[in-house]
Amino acid sequence: MRALLKILVALAVIAGAAFWFLTEPQPVEFSRVQQLITMRSDAARGEQVFWAGGCASCHAAAGAEGDARLVLSGGVRLKSDFGTFVAPNISPDPVAGIGNWTIAEFANAMLAGVAPDGGHYYPSFPYGSYSRMSDADIADLYAFLNTLPPSGVASAPHELAFPFSVRRLVGGWKLLYFNAAPRVTLASADAVLARGQYLVEGPGHCGECHTPRDLIGGFRSGEWLAGAPNPEGEGIIPNITPGGSDISGWSAGDIATYLETGFTPDFDTVGGSMVEVVRNLAHLPASDREAIAAYLKAIPARPNGYSAAN
Amino acid sequence: MKFRIVMTATLLGLAAATFAHAADEPQVVRQEMMKKIGGATGAMAKMVKGETPYDQAAAIAALQTIADTITLFPEQFPEGSETGMESEAAPAIWTNKADFEAKAMKLHADAEAAIAANPADVDALKAVFGPLTQNCGSCHETYRLKKG
Repeated sequence: MRALLKILVALAVIAGAAFWFLTEPQPVEFSRVQQLITMRSDAARGEQVFWAGGCASCHAAAGAEGDARLVLSGGVRLKSDFGTFVAPNISPDPVAGIGNWTIAEFANAMLAGVAPDGGHYYPSFPYGSYSRMSDADIADLYAFLNTLPPSGVASAPHELAFPFSVRRLVGGWKLLYFNAAPRVTLASADAVLARGQYLVEGPGHCGECHTPRDLIGGFRSGEWLAGAPNPEGEGIIPNITPGGSDISGWSAGDIATYLETGFTPDFDTVGGSMVEVVRNLAHLPASDREAIAAYLKAIPARPNGYSAAN
Repeated sequence: MKFRIVMTATLLGLAAATFAHAADEPQVVRQEMMKKIGGATGAMAKMVKGETPYDQAAAIAALQTIADTITLFPEQFPEGSETGMESEAAPAIWTNKADFEAKAMKLHADAEAAIAANPADVDALKAVFGPLTQNCGSCHETYRLKKG
């Protein structure tokens, strides 16, 4: 009996150690950080990255319009099956915001989902997409964010129930789902398509809403951009592959126009959280919206990732 | 034989009544209104994009359609019409009715202002078209759901 107990305790210790080892937050590789530190940055270019990344949609105060969208005081509440995530203050305020962050800390957050204290961020902050961003975009975005007005508003904690409140568990999620690999393999090496792929899969983080998720919040495999139930409540997020019925009839030009103006080909207009996305994308050069459209026409067609009941 | 004719007539009458009924449902009425506004917006957008030549009378008529239609629009959301008939109305309409109505009246005011500006050429239309269509997104953002 005592022998059995010893074995059980030993197994528990091994399991615990394995969990701890496997869920350890992994920051960005040192060589990449070195490169980022020595890089020249361009804040003006960073503004384009800022709009492509949609930072203001979550980090500006809810309902902010015009220049107020550049005050990244946080506070937007993202409802999910796991609880409510509250976007933090990422303004350059040294106390309430991220004004004291080094570029290494910024890169760890964006590319690895690791906080300055070494802990995991929840993937509600879409580093699962941002991990695909280039060094130049990270450096330029860092420079641009530092030019924005500081806000002293304190960040509010997430409202999550146990066990989702245990940050270390995000390490398990990362093991299963987190990487920087391309979401799809494109047949053509066309530069416009490559730009579209970068924008959609990386900074644009389109898949975070448009790809259906499994029970623990990972993307369901083989359903990239196939549409999903609305995580915030009723309704759906459309299927934006060339399959399904949502936009399969749209030309690349229709998609690019929609991303700029919000108008569908039959002059219906964008609704829900996509309104903010269009406001952001309208700041990009037309060539970027055309690249996104070209990519969306080139990816594999999928049936809808949501059911008709949604 | 006579019975059959009466039955058939009754059924046809019922079917017609159901059809007429469906067309009167507020869910259908408001969807038609939005399509009307979309059509008017589309007519102006084609001019703005240079796909059709500028036609001042048509632009004013489109603006008038929007101004008139949106005035009646908020009445089409009575209690009990929250869902059904492929309605994409968000529950927030009923919990935040005053704001919803204010947004409709804002579009009305902007359309009337555009009519008053009497855009003489396509550049003048462009100047009012942008601000006018901002209203679409600012209302749909909160009050419209996308349904599958």
